[in-house]
Amino acid sequence: MAAHAVAAASVDVYPRIVATLIRVTGDWALAEDCAQEALTVALERWPADGVPANPGGWLMTVARNRAVDVLRRATVERRKLHDLALLTPADASEPQVGPDVVDDRLRLIFTCCHPALAMEARVALTLRTICAVPTSDIARLLLVSESTMTRRLTRARTRIAQAGIPYRVPSGPALTERLPGVLAVVYLLFTRGYAADGEPAFADEAVRLARLLDRLMPEQSEVAALLALVLFQHSRRHARRDAEGRLLTLDRQDRDRWDHAAIVEGRAALDRVRHDGVYAWQARIAACHATAADAGATDWPAIARAYDALNDLQPSPVIALNRAVAHGYAFGPAVGFALLDVARAGDGLNGNPLAVAVEADLVARQGDRRRAAALFREAAAMVGSAVERRALLDRAAELAPDRGRAG
Amino acid sequence: MKYMMFVCTDSEPDTDPTDVPDIHKWVAENDARGRRLHGDALAPTTAATTVRVRDGELLVSEGPFAETTEVIVGFDLLDCADLDEAIEVARAHPMARHGRLELRPFAGLPD
Repeated sequence: MAAHAVAAASVDVYPRIVATLIRVTGDWALAEDCAQEALTVALERWPADGVPANPGGWLMTVARNRAVDVLRRATVERRKLHDLALLTPADASEPQVGPDVVDDRLRLIFTCCHPALAMEARVALTLRTICAVPTSDIARLLLVSESTMTRRLTRARTRIAQAGIPYRVPSGPALTERLPGVLAVVYLLFTRGYAADGEPAFADEAVRLARLLDRLMPEQSEVAALLALVLFQHSRRHARRDAEGRLLTLDRQDRDRWDHAAIVEGRAALDRVRHDGVYAWQARIAACHATAADAGATDWPAIARAYDALNDLQPSPVIALNRAVAHGYAFGPAVGFALLDVARAGDGLNGNPLAVAVEADLVARQGDRRRAAALFREAAAMVGSAVERRALLDRAAELAPDRGRAG
Repeated sequence: MKYMMFVCTDSEPDTDPTDVPDIHKWVAENDARGRRLHGDALAPTTAATTVRVRDGELLVSEGPFAETTEVIVGFDLLDCADLDEAIEVARAHPMARHGRLELRPFAGLPD
């Protein structure tokens, strides 16, 4: 019970405490250390003493007292100590809603995701400071050693202070400029976690972050769109692999194993989207898949139209490729081939295994199984991920069983 | 916070000729708001002189330290609340379009 309470508090209250202590002291490392220490103390005390009536307030008090101790020893300015003394347990609760009240966590997210920080630093800081992810886990996600990650985090915090990056949520037109950068961090985190050989725990963190952002900025429709998008994709996490760990394409997944609560939550978020942004169109596409009773019932013409819009809004080789896939399913392989040629015209897909796999699928649907199998094997030779390679080789083996086994 | 804003040329300037800000208006506005303390344009690098002391010997040489295509052509000393305000000041400078601007906070001399 007590351990559960600490875990719950670490998700909800931890970033609030860190954010509040940073606002008052301006010291990132101190804020994180004190918040961590409060969680450690809770893990020791709560099992024996019972969970306090207001766990968040209790943790805030412990963290604040710890910060006061550290600052007293360092004899810093009296103003910071004074401001700390004014913090109450209520500072750990949901703040009053109002136009002038800005949640400290939102300030913290915008600071961690400031464009003057390198993308990798933004992801690492967000994970460490908002999500309380241990440095060793962040190091594993970003493929560096723990000591390197510790140094990078220190450098990023120093840079925030030295460069004068403000601890503030931008307002007016600046908010419109800066929000996409924040959403990009959340979505990058999600896709890293959701990748075939990614760590699902980071996809969970991204979903939680998207929920938090949506709660803090309910008037921002693109935030709701991002939340819907990650929820729809995340809903398939238990159905993406078979018993042997092989990746399953959408049409082969057992839809009963999709997380239907996540889909319902995603639809509710999408219902609030009233604009045509990049995440809005992607969320609408994901919704078409998530809400189809079976693969045959997928509304491919709607998906094809959404990709047309997305391709106009933010043209990229990968979007052009997905547009070809959607049109291929909606209007037949011939249309798919024509748009695949368009997508490949810019050379942006040279050496891209996905483009070869798309061609293979179109060739298979036209009936040339042998050539399709050869193309799937060609795509398999190009991918770096072992899980994806196996999925492509399986497709080749199904189409041409004799060659598949030999290859 | 005080920032030194280096005004530099860039090998890939903006190609859009419309609505380029006027430098005199930029100076007047930021001076009036107390965000620009000082600034000037610099003579070309052919007028630069490099000074070094090695083993007690004064070494004076012609030209800048390194030959680069992207050079500092001016500077402005800014006094802003934080980086976001400094970025707002910098983005309105005509050289944000024709070249690039580098914002360097003052660190202060060590004691």
